[in-house]
Amino acid sequence: MDLLFHQILSGLATGGIYASVALALVMIYQATHLVNFAQGEIAMFATYLCWTLLQAGLPYWVAFFLTVIIAFIGGVLIERVIIRPVENAPVLSVVIVFIGLLVIFNSIAGWIYTYTIKPFPSPFPEKALFDNSFIGPHELGAICVTLIVLALVFAFFRLTPLGLAMRAAAQNPESSRLVGVRVGWMLALGWGLASAIGAIAGMMVAPIVYLEPNMMGGILLYAFAGALLGGIDNPWGAVVGGFLVGMIENVVGMYLGTELKLSVALVIIVTVLVLSPSGLFGRTHVARV
Amino acid sequence: MSAPILQVRQLHAQYGATQVLHGIDFDVKPGGITTILGANGAGKTTTLRAVCGMLRVQGEVLLAGERIDGKPTETIVRRGVAHVPDGRGTFVHLSVEENLRLGAYTRRDKDQVAADFERMYSYFPRLRERRKQQAGTLSGGEQQMLAISRALMLRPRLLLLDEPSFGLAPKIVRELFDILGEINRAEGTSMLLVEQNASIALRVADQAYLLETGRVVISGSAEAIRNDEGVRRSYLGY
Amino acid sequence: MPTVKTSLTPTQIGGMLVLLAIACLLPFVLSNYQVFQLTMALTYAIALLGLNMLTGYNGQISLGHGAFFAIGAYTAAILMDKANWPYWATIPVAGLVCLLAGFLFGLPALRLEGLYLALATFALGVAMPQILKYKGIEHWTGGSMGVVIVKPDPPNGLPLNQDQWLYFFTLAWVLILFVAGWNMLRGRVGRALVAIRDHPIAAETMGIHTALYKSLTFGVSALYTGIAGALAAIAVQFASPDSFGIFLSLSLLVGVVVGGLASISGAFYGALFIQFVPNVADNISKAAPWAIYGVFLIAFMYLMPSGVAGLVRQTRQRLARKRVAAPAAPAGRDDVQLPITGKEAR
Repeated sequence: MDLLFHQILSGLATGGIYASVALALVMIYQATHLVNFAQGEIAMFATYLCWTLLQAGLPYWVAFFLTVIIAFIGGVLIERVIIRPVENAPVLSVVIVFIGLLVIFNSIAGWIYTYTIKPFPSPFPEKALFDNSFIGPHELGAICVTLIVLALVFAFFRLTPLGLAMRAAAQNPESSRLVGVRVGWMLALGWGLASAIGAIAGMMVAPIVYLEPNMMGGILLYAFAGALLGGIDNPWGAVVGGFLVGMIENVVGMYLGTELKLSVALVIIVTVLVLSPSGLFGRTHVARV
Repeated sequence: MSAPILQVRQLHAQYGATQVLHGIDFDVKPGGITTILGANGAGKTTTLRAVCGMLRVQGEVLLAGERIDGKPTETIVRRGVAHVPDGRGTFVHLSVEENLRLGAYTRRDKDQVAADFERMYSYFPRLRERRKQQAGTLSGGEQQMLAISRALMLRPRLLLLDEPSFGLAPKIVRELFDILGEINRAEGTSMLLVEQNASIALRVADQAYLLETGRVVISGSAEAIRNDEGVRRSYLGY
Repeated sequence: MPTVKTSLTPTQIGGMLVLLAIACLLPFVLSNYQVFQLTMALTYAIALLGLNMLTGYNGQISLGHGAFFAIGAYTAAILMDKANWPYWATIPVAGLVCLLAGFLFGLPALRLEGLYLALATFALGVAMPQILKYKGIEHWTGGSMGVVIVKPDPPNGLPLNQDQWLYFFTLAWVLILFVAGWNMLRGRVGRALVAIRDHPIAAETMGIHTALYKSLTFGVSALYTGIAGALAAIAVQFASPDSFGIFLSLSLLVGVVVGGLASISGAFYGALFIQFVPNVADNISKAAPWAIYGVFLIAFMYLMPSGVAGLVRQTRQRLARKRVAAPAAPAGRDDVQLPITGKEAR
């Protein structure tokens, strides 16, 4: 029983990371109806940038926030420069561009930083605040950071005019133009935010899985599963889905062994897509004939 | 007589290969209400979309003497043109209040915005009742009120309305148009009103143009057209 | 609606025979290793034709076709290693196993459109190596180590060495599969596939049994890719999980895009690209091949959406127009033109 509880808590920690990446995915999906296959690699690359800053001697939190800002700007640039030209192209073209980004980031990271695994520091103290045997300090810290980020994002969307404008632009671009919202820039902002959130997720997960160019591959898959499970167009759903997937992954891993964990993600994805594509909390879409 | 708030000269517009507007001219007087009438497919909605930069045009569109043709919609909105589109264009997943807030998105005077909320609620009390409600759950008439209020939250110099009577019961239509008239008198907002329902439009407007397959075939004061039985019978159907 | 060319001009048949003759002569002038590389390129060509059927002609995006390549490879390897089957008998079986697997995957895939299908197949592609390493089936698959097989000998009496024989064996399969594929795609089947891709609902109302076609296309596409995998396994003499990761699936995608979507000749251009470009790029840097792939992917989407095959076709049309004074229409279009630019937004 103890072991199960531990697995569930541990699952919450990784689930938080999946939830963050899932949120990034949903943000881009909401605005563009596209799934950003490159999200994981962008997050990984940002984490490497943080590593570089740390190697240069910057204190952790300075490097952390600097990385978040750089990731944000990077996301905006990617949308404006690379995605904009294929904005209205058919799905296949856009998917291919995303895959292109995925492999470029992956290989450049490998080229600059090599494929050797690097340790990545955790900002949280060695000794846990609450002494317990269930959850380590970093995992607890990661959950807290995730929750803070999510709270900030929700506050941004619900309470600020810019957040409202972004939601409007995602839902109804034409009406948004009629109230003066610059829809193109809202998309770019969405990408910026998604990249920043992804970077934070990367920096939280790196201490656990160690920094290497392929570290986000599996996580991306889990994030997809979480986003789909919660509802690909619902941010709340994405978060819940991410946590759920984290727990499911660990509990299944307990019984089936850890080697098949990725297949769990695959099964979740296919099952959700086949049974209920709008997930637990999403809105069903009607295709226009 | 002061210069027109809106001047359109030789406006041509097309969708792909199909030419829809064949060089139309019309004016909107400052503080006045101009109505553009015509049957389905005459090009009325296209005209409004052309004015707010939603499609490529040839010709001139001048807002208070300044050229706005060719400029993007977002810029034209910032010059004070608010458009209540065909089908209302409500943000259906957002609340009534959020819809109104978006109307004021480009404004810098936040304290005045709060006052404007009050004004909208006083014109349309039903909106106040439903302000936290999801806009998509409102009735057709209420959504139309919301759409008009959202546009007015801009404090526009020129209000464009695309078939506000569409799909609404006659009683609601009369109510709506009475309020439009009231707003025009109280605030001095110029309006360009596109309508299929000619009788109600001619009652509230002062200038009228009749569009037929992308050309202006009749123009004049609303009163003159209203009183001209011949025109009414042959073109307007009543 | 543009369709696959229904018949070939004498010039084109002549041209293909010349190419075939050159292909038959090459193994005698190249080194063994180069012959092996060409064999691999041929297997990729088969796989790319398979993927193209599904994604190019039928519009179903698959980012996980490496999985079928893997299934074909493992089927052949296991039959040869554990059941002592002769290599040539394993090919059809690999094809049939994949036909079934593809059809079965195609059934739930019916409910997935564009992006979602891409997502599901992506997941399949990522998860495949783990599935292959699963301890439960280790007895057959050899776990992480995979399966090693013996290189087949040429039949008695033929003056060929092993690499040359495998080359011709693979070439024979290429010919069979490409002629069969061309036959399928130029007729009703091909038109139905394209109709389903471009106007699925209209196709259904016109009496095309969309669901059946789509699942079958998945199956046939998997069959082709599976046969390619089997041939490749025989050529490299082993099958191991890590050679069938997501990057294999993405390689296939690159090949189809560069070669030309919805194009039969594109399969060859794409195969040559994915076989030889990494070797060239490897000299620059270890990580370079994929960065170059990525740039190519994006650049092709901007500049050459119909791939090399599209470019070839356009050049040929332009030359034909220059030679003939009057605008004589060429005898039918070469390959199906994929209207990538100018299609409506999703």
